[in-house]
Amino acid sequence: MRRLIRALDPVRDLTREAARDPAADPGATPPDYRFSLANERTFLAWLRTGLALVAGGLAAAQFLPRLPIARLREAIAIGLLLLGAAVAVRAVVHWARCERAMWRGEPLPPSTFPTVLALSVAGFGLLLTGVVAYQAVR
Amino acid sequence: MTAPAGLAAERTRLAWRRTALGGTAVALLAARLAITNADGAAAVALVAVALAGWLGVLVTAFRRLRGMRPGRPPSGRVVGLAALAVGFAALGAAQVLLGRPG
Repeated sequence: MRRLIRALDPVRDLTREAARDPAADPGATPPDYRFSLANERTFLAWLRTGLALVAGGLAAAQFLPRLPIARLREAIAIGLLLLGAAVAVRAVVHWARCERAMWRGEPLPPSTFPTVLALSVAGFGLLLTGVVAYQAVR
Repeated sequence: MTAPAGLAAERTRLAWRRTALGGTAVALLAARLAITNADGAAAVALVAVALAGWLGVLVTAFRRLRGMRPGRPPSGRVVGLAALAVGFAALGAAQVLLGRPG
């Protein structure tokens, strides 16, 4: 765990270089704390999105009735749990990349993840619509 | 350095509180799934794991709320919170895969 935290510390090498020779590395200055805090809040918003998907998976596992297709309830639950875990992991990685970019005065990194997540949620919605329609006409 | 003044820190504290609240809901759902899905010692152990995860979320959020100073990014808290979220997902997936077929 400690090694994971160190690996994901966005400014580990930057602060080490600055401590060794403050004049040599002009590329490592702490950003305005308001920007850092905004980055942290964005991380927390993504993490809550992940927690909501995990909660959805846990709720599907215990509150959904038996579905016409065998094991579909379990598949929905596992899919939502995996998606939630992926969102949480990506939230940390993106937080670290943004923090590092701000310390170095670089542009913030682009991300296609919101598109991927939106398409995944849309896919889930279409899948469930299909199941409900199948159940209705059967 | 002094503590960050103003509303940015306040908003961030509130965001941590909201996240801890979300973690509480997830922990409750995980504990309920354990009670409905398992029996006896297994159910007790799974509820204990869910409660431990909930305590982890609360402690992580509390430490961040208390120690909000500018300077180093809060990597430990951020990584810890995400690890707990992944842990809850793994706990739920294990229960779905090993539990009674629905």
